[in-house]
Amino acid sequence: MMKLQRIVLLLLIGLLISGCSSWGVKPWERDLLAADKMQLISEPVEMGLDDHIYFSKEGSSGGRSFGGGGCGCN
Amino acid sequence: MSNDLDKKSLPLGTTLAALGCALLQGLPNQAQAGELENWDVDAAVLVYSESDSRVQAAEPVISATRNFDSETQLNLKLVLDTLTGASPNGALPSNQPQTFTRPSGKGSYTTDAGELPLDDTFRDTRVAASADWSAPINRDWTYSVGGHFSSEHDYLSTGTNASLSRYLNQKNTTLTLAGGLSLDSISPEGGLPVGLSSMAVPGSGSFNSDFAASRSGSEDDKLVTDLLFGVTQVINRRTLMQFNYSLNRADGYLNDPYKVVSVLDQPGGTTQGYRYEQRPDSRIKQALFGQVKYQLGSGDVADLSYRYQFDDWGLNSHTLEFKYRWDLGRHYLEPQLRWYTQSAVDFYQPYALTSQVNGGLDEVTADYRLGDFDAWTLGVRYGYQVTEGQEAYTRLSLYQQTTDDFSSSTTPASGDDLPDTTAVMWILGYKF
Repeated sequence: MMKLQRIVLLLLIGLLISGCSSWGVKPWERDLLAADKMQLISEPVEMGLDDHIYFSKEGSSGGRSFGGGGCGCN
Repeated sequence: MSNDLDKKSLPLGTTLAALGCALLQGLPNQAQAGELENWDVDAAVLVYSESDSRVQAAEPVISATRNFDSETQLNLKLVLDTLTGASPNGALPSNQPQTFTRPSGKGSYTTDAGELPLDDTFRDTRVAASADWSAPINRDWTYSVGGHFSSEHDYLSTGTNASLSRYLNQKNTTLTLAGGLSLDSISPEGGLPVGLSSMAVPGSGSFNSDFAASRSGSEDDKLVTDLLFGVTQVINRRTLMQFNYSLNRADGYLNDPYKVVSVLDQPGGTTQGYRYEQRPDSRIKQALFGQVKYQLGSGDVADLSYRYQFDDWGLNSHTLEFKYRWDLGRHYLEPQLRWYTQSAVDFYQPYALTSQVNGGLDEVTADYRLGDFDAWTLGVRYGYQVTEGQEAYTRLSLYQQTTDDFSSSTTPASGDDLPDTTAVMWILGYKF
């Protein structure tokens, strides 16, 4: 199982990096991507509050960033 | 092939990139030039309320970001968290009233027959602060460093984190390596329970010596290390993607000092007593995370993310989240949907049997948060742009956690006897 996960992970990373050079935009085409609402974490305060709740109520945390920890709630 | 092309056209590409950046910095950011000198503040309050008089929390937060230039910024954040209410203590409902010793050893609380045992002494205030700095090293590399501090009456956490990012393909690809280190110290009310020791019986003649026997020391700590590798990729003018692999390792005291396990003579039988839970002293979690963001022609934004997490305690979880930001001029409406499911850790049991306890059980928890369950969050966020650079927003969400039946040949249990959680979360905030 672990071996399969590792292979899938390596494949995905390889695919991403090899495909990366044909994807993308020119620097002057970044108008839409520059908007706050298009940032990967567009609402950090909301995300911080959510991470804290889910860290306290569920057995998983993090993944997107190092969210959630630092409290005695779990 | 495309790599070769990129290499050949590098001087032209570099010139164009520089021109483009100059244009970008000159045009859309011109209106923000004045704002770069100032702080961007996001102040919000979260009100969190669980049904059945369980946990109630109010959490004000203020986050201030100073942009020195488009890539150099300092963020300071302060959070205050006040909690009251009751929390499931891990014991199973019984057909008899159940009396538990309070964690402090001073006094007791009783749960009616048929009711889920809740520890009503749950009350705390947490103060957390963090600071993060990010800046470019040169045209291709950026870094960030940060630290956090969080304090409550029985828990203290201090930590630091850092990251290094490398831009590739005209900044369309970003590789990030990040690490974090946190040292937490736990000093529970009434001292550290001895794992698997019996809870002293309130009112018994030997209470004082039994309680003392169930405690060992007053403070312990844990070290949490995080490592994350991420790839961010711009697909086209409207689409952005991220993929992360992360590793989280915790070593030290990982028990919940306030959780116990009912001991029954047989499945569905009579409660014989309660034991304090005992978890392993290390845990390694790994996660794969992916996110896609897409902007439609209308300006609406769709945001889809998925996380798969697995650990050496046997817990596997899937999290799927979807948000759709519907642009309505100065207003926006964002429905949010989240689905989460997890399998139980290997040492989770809704209760233990007398024979198991006498037969050398070495790890057990009945904490529902480490059991089998599914959860849904349904929410909607609304925002209104008051003026340029100022926004008022609110979000209302409903969180529903449903515990599954516990299938086991030794300790089966119906999901109806295990805690479910329903909570309402409300956020009100202002950005300026």
